[in-house]
Amino acid sequence: MSDTLSVPAGATRRTTPAEASVPGRSPLRFLKPLLLVAFLVVLLVLPIYVEEFWLRTGFAVAGAIVGAIGLNLLVGTTGQLSLAHAFFLAVGAVSYTFISGESGGLGTRAALRGLELPPIVGMVVGVLLAGLAGLLFSPIAARLRGIYLGVASLGLVFIGVHVLNTWTPVTGGFNGRSVPEFSLFGFTFGNSDPQLFVLGIPFREAERLWYLGIVLALLAYLFARNLLRSRPGRALQTLRDSEVAASVMGVNVQAYKARVFLVSSMYAGLSGVMYALSIGSIAPESFGLTVSILYLAMIVLGGLGSVAGAALGAAFVTALPLVFQQFADVLPLVSAPGEGGVSAGIAARYLFGLAIVLVVLFEPGGLAGFAQRFRSRGRRPGRGSPGASPRPSGGPSPGPDPGTTGPGSTGPGTTDPHPTDPPVRRSSAT
Amino acid sequence: MNQFLSLLLNGISLGAIYALIALGFVIIFKASEVVSFTHGSLLLLGAYSIARLSDSIGFLPAVLVGLLVTALAALLVERLIINRLRGAPVISLAIVTIGVDIILLTELIRRIGPDILNVPHPWGGDSVRIGGVGISENRLIAMGVAGVLIVAFFVAFKYSSWGVAMRASAEDGEAAALMGIRQGRVSALAWIVAGVLAGVAALFLVGAPTPGVSAAAYTVALRAFPAAILGGLDSTGGALVGGLLIGITEAMAAGYQEQLSFLGRGFGEVAPYVVMIIVLLVRPSGLFGTKELTRV
Repeated sequence: MSDTLSVPAGATRRTTPAEASVPGRSPLRFLKPLLLVAFLVVLLVLPIYVEEFWLRTGFAVAGAIVGAIGLNLLVGTTGQLSLAHAFFLAVGAVSYTFISGESGGLGTRAALRGLELPPIVGMVVGVLLAGLAGLLFSPIAARLRGIYLGVASLGLVFIGVHVLNTWTPVTGGFNGRSVPEFSLFGFTFGNSDPQLFVLGIPFREAERLWYLGIVLALLAYLFARNLLRSRPGRALQTLRDSEVAASVMGVNVQAYKARVFLVSSMYAGLSGVMYALSIGSIAPESFGLTVSILYLAMIVLGGLGSVAGAALGAAFVTALPLVFQQFADVLPLVSAPGEGGVSAGIAARYLFGLAIVLVVLFEPGGLAGFAQRFRSRGRRPGRGSPGASPRPSGGPSPGPDPGTTGPGSTGPGTTDPHPTDPPVRRSSAT
Repeated sequence: MNQFLSLLLNGISLGAIYALIALGFVIIFKASEVVSFTHGSLLLLGAYSIARLSDSIGFLPAVLVGLLVTALAALLVERLIINRLRGAPVISLAIVTIGVDIILLTELIRRIGPDILNVPHPWGGDSVRIGGVGISENRLIAMGVAGVLIVAFFVAFKYSSWGVAMRASAEDGEAAALMGIRQGRVSALAWIVAGVLAGVAALFLVGAPTPGVSAAAYTVALRAFPAAILGGLDSTGGALVGGLLIGITEAMAAGYQEQLSFLGRGFGEVAPYVVMIIVLLVRPSGLFGTKELTRV
């Protein structure tokens, strides 16, 4: 099904080189990087101007962006429906807290244990352990198809919450435990030590974490984008479109599924660490099924298969409840907690649910697909562009990123750098 | 031994309820290729309607209205959303039901709040003893009703024209359509049946030994997912076996908690998922599910 739907996207891609020579387009070519640089500069100077609330929201968004990009690699690019993302987030967050946290505490906290290693070690090991968890789950995942995987991964979330509740010395049990501050070679991302002033403005925890968030989210973004444009990325997309076609073309299906699980859960691990840092404590309910579903909402709204879309979706889904809460007294229909009426979190959830339904029904490409349509329409006025042609509301697979649906959809063997003719011929004979 | 028998009986009765939910799940999947993540909140909707209405219009009418509400809600989901997405990939269909689930569940949880709504079952919360084995009356009745419903369902599935139409569409939708079977109607009916089954399950799920309707009922309903998956998503018989298996597992894991203390408290709630993952490792399409064949 997805093959027929994604043809228009592939067609757009092939016409692009021809368009590049059109003189009218050259200013646009400079505009894009320019806008990007301007955006980055704005992000960098923002802490000087805005309040702490926005910076904290920004760091939470950065964490979610990392997680959403990771989930998108798995669900959007490879087509493996996973509801286990919260579990891998938890592995990252708990590992970080355990490795860098302190042992003992007051009263009931006395039983807590921690290794008290430097936070950077905690972060790296947390990411690695989350990856390991993903790798351990991948033999199960590789055997399961589509929806069976979705429900099996659902089980992982419940098992994860159970472990969080019961393994008290490490996780803090039902009440959770507080998360150690992040620090890098003696520079803490806390309120002091060292005191830091930029242009007379104190740079405290929120400001410092803001920059950490930008760096990590940017790295995550670039890595995923490059991965998708490389050979493994193409293999993963082929895997989504047809496992048989992929294996016929020499893609080791099991190995690639295992690898994408590894990468995706490492992303989740980093996101979990960032989440822990932004909240300052971890508790079992932060890693329940709801979280998995919210991450799914992010990538569906953003556009399955698109890295930038995942980032957009993550920003939207994470920031919306917080912003609602901040402006509860101004917004109609939304009320402050405890006043009756619809609270911010609930209002946001209605919106997510509705948005998911509408996106799947009317714009399967999500925000990224919307932007793509808009752009291709603006580029060629007067001519109906293939990308803008209304298509039946189908699957998530019609790749919003022009690069994502290339080889798999244009037919086996035509665009692959290593054509494997004999298997193709054999397949058509059966 | 007595404890074992008691747990077994309780497990079977719980499993019968799970089987009802799982059966609805499987019918929907067979008829419209959708894995309905909306099922948990549909169930909660049924339980909520029964609990809210039974004060004003009496228990039995409330149950009837509750069943009607769940059936109608299921039908609406099918007509308004699923029907428009025919032929879409399974994953987008699953995601869209998750979207519906978010809306419905948020609304229900907001309405229920922290309360536990009481459902005034006429049989109350008493338990009976059968040869030294104790079980709540509610569960005993649940077992009976579920048994009758399941048998009725299988008979209808086998002999009624609806059942034949449904099996034909599940086998090969296109061929069935060419034979004059209206796919839309088959799918709509499947959702209605699934909604009613979920409503019945809800009625018993919130009775003794469960205290009443709370947001936690949703989590309980979710355990019907492993039941359906365990048996094989496209096998009605599998749903029955899966439901019973999950029910017994849960009751046993909860009952032998002391012996299983190294697994932590409340392991009974997770045991179904553990069993599901183990079964899926050995049989990736469940116990009775048809293996997916790929033709090139």
